[in-house]
Amino acid sequence: MPNKTFFWFFLPTGLAMILFIGLPIISTGIQSFYAQHDQIVKEVKKCDPFGCTVSIVVDNEETSKIREAKPLGKFNGFGTYTDRNHLAVDEIKKFWNETESVSAFIDQVTNLPFYKALIFTLTYCLFVTPNVLLLGFIIALSLNAVARRIRGPLIFGTILPMIVTPLVGSLVLFWMIDSQGIIGANIQNLMNDPYLSLKSSKTLTWITIIIYGIWHHSPFAFVVFYAALQTVPQEPVEAAIIDGASRFQRIKHIVLPHIYPVVTFVALISLMDNFRVFEPIIGFSAEGSAQSLSWLIYDNLVNEEVILFGSAAATSIMTIVGIAILLAPVLIRTWKEFRIAR
Amino acid sequence: MRKILVTLLFLFFGTSAFADCNIKSGSINILANDFPALRTFVETSKQCKGNADFKVTHSSEHNKIAVPALTANPSEFSARIAANSSIVPLMNQDLIRPLDDLVKKYGKGIQDSQLITIDGKVMAVAFMANTQHLYYREDILKDMGIAVPKTYEEVVAASEKIRASGKMQHPYAAAYKAGWNLAEEFVNMFIGHGGEFFKSGSAEPNINNAKGVATLNMLKKLSELSNPDYLTHDSEAIKVEWESGNVALMTLWASRSGTLLDDEGDPNITKATKLAGPATVGGGNIPAATLWWDGFTLAKNRSDADADATFRALAHAASNKKMVADAADQAVWLVEGFVPGPKSIGVIEAVKMKAKPYPMLPQMGLMHGALGSEIVEFLQGKESAEQALKDVEAAYISKAKEQGFL
Repeated sequence: MPNKTFFWFFLPTGLAMILFIGLPIISTGIQSFYAQHDQIVKEVKKCDPFGCTVSIVVDNEETSKIREAKPLGKFNGFGTYTDRNHLAVDEIKKFWNETESVSAFIDQVTNLPFYKALIFTLTYCLFVTPNVLLLGFIIALSLNAVARRIRGPLIFGTILPMIVTPLVGSLVLFWMIDSQGIIGANIQNLMNDPYLSLKSSKTLTWITIIIYGIWHHSPFAFVVFYAALQTVPQEPVEAAIIDGASRFQRIKHIVLPHIYPVVTFVALISLMDNFRVFEPIIGFSAEGSAQSLSWLIYDNLVNEEVILFGSAAATSIMTIVGIAILLAPVLIRTWKEFRIAR
Repeated sequence: MRKILVTLLFLFFGTSAFADCNIKSGSINILANDFPALRTFVETSKQCKGNADFKVTHSSEHNKIAVPALTANPSEFSARIAANSSIVPLMNQDLIRPLDDLVKKYGKGIQDSQLITIDGKVMAVAFMANTQHLYYREDILKDMGIAVPKTYEEVVAASEKIRASGKMQHPYAAAYKAGWNLAEEFVNMFIGHGGEFFKSGSAEPNINNAKGVATLNMLKKLSELSNPDYLTHDSEAIKVEWESGNVALMTLWASRSGTLLDDEGDPNITKATKLAGPATVGGGNIPAATLWWDGFTLAKNRSDADADATFRALAHAASNKKMVADAADQAVWLVEGFVPGPKSIGVIEAVKMKAKPYPMLPQMGLMHGALGSEIVEFLQGKESAEQALKDVEAAYISKAKEQGFL
């Protein structure tokens, strides 16, 4: 496609992206450098049906004056980024000086909300992404091998987890693993422990969410791999069969190299999706045991009665940076291949 | 033709029955939490809407919508049904208007005790009271020869006895869902121990002390007597537990008693469900519970005409003797003419025992939020009480700094 045609072709999408993705990200970035003005409070008498007390309220007249002068708030620089609820720079320094062993230090650091969330998010990515790729590939290969007549219904059944809304999917599993649900009660019987609960144990909650993640994301990998498998040329495969190559050898030396770019693509998308894991945490009511970076943003914006815009913005920006870091190796590799190909 | 006649008749009847609600214009849009008493209240105010537009949003997610919706100008809602805690963010952001003039003009039937005044200005009109108190299964306690517990220590002893007898594995229940609910239980228990959340006159936290530790230890004991999934159980979930007969002692909102004692579900359980006042803890004499009021506030960013119409409709309900007589089961109404029934024992006992109201402080929401996520690991046995309280304070301090309270 000539560059000019491409430009006009891309223009509407580009404009929409700038308007709905680019500008909001910039605005989030700016927001993350600001904190609220110092609250001006005053003592007043408050009366309700249960009696009167003297206590404090925010002085709105004074506050609105400051707010009008500086509507963005107080400039805080990287203050929000480095505070205890985010990167916790000072706390980590303190832990490093105070703790004696490395494990005690790690214990302290992983107790901080941001690192707790980061560890869950990374664990989720590390377990879900490869398994999704593997499972998706295996399903695609198996379905490619079955008779054409039953392939249609099988494909439909396989992509069902993707059709089910994430929240509904996780809720179904949530009720099944309840201590009185079909899975929860059976596990209790099997282990002979009436106090065993999948939902109260941190490890078991993590495992549940990871299994759910694999179940939910595999169909996407499967669909893309299945499409790619249709483009594998038959001649080299037949030649390999005549040469006596085993099924495994054929997959390793012909199929995989052929669909390699597609694998990269699925890995990229999966990584991005998994790094933003959120719905299963809400669906499984797992806030107590598992928090992800996206959940932290949600928590800052809606779970408190006071909305913490600065905190949420800072976490959002760090999530974007995190995704960029995760994707960097794959992106660099793709770029290199692209240059060689040219 | 007949249809028109019927409609006309209806209109005539409608206007003559509520002649005092002669609202000519304006638009009313209410945001409220979702439980039966509030639905009754809003329905009653609707009877008085006259020619005004009437819309209502009942949502248990009301807290998440309120501030953004009322910040817009004109605001989406003309009224917000709020409580002690949820009025605070509205006050902090200056989103609600003083009601003094409207009360003078249209608030004839509203009692003075219903008015929430802050700095001498009426900011809300309360119409019902709420608290969390004990529910017990009379049959089980009688069978085992256990007296109705008055303190949480007795609740623990009774639950242990019931568990030991093999009747129930998890005899106690309370809404311990991580987040707002769990934090609310901490607030109750901490106040029961005589704790103050902040150093006097400042926003410095004050929970990492002996009272805080005692509070956490009691919560832990109770959680061990609850269903192992307690960290995912909110009020609705423990109500279901109760109705399936898995629980003998429970701490739950007074406003839920109506749905527990209705005709739905196992009649034997319903018959044996009895209410008691809130329990005390640690030898204290004030209950480990907080008193709550529910009342209406009017949005500031809305025209005076809409505020007028909204106030008149809501005031009609907030002074409606017929409503409180008809719905005496649904809530403890603060409206004149309310005769407390057996379902209001919990709140009335709490008031008699001098329970404290939930602290109406600008920074309390941040403390509540920090509690909800930082004490979970203690309950799971992953860290010490001191460490958990230290974490709460640290999390609170960071948030309070960002919000400019410290």
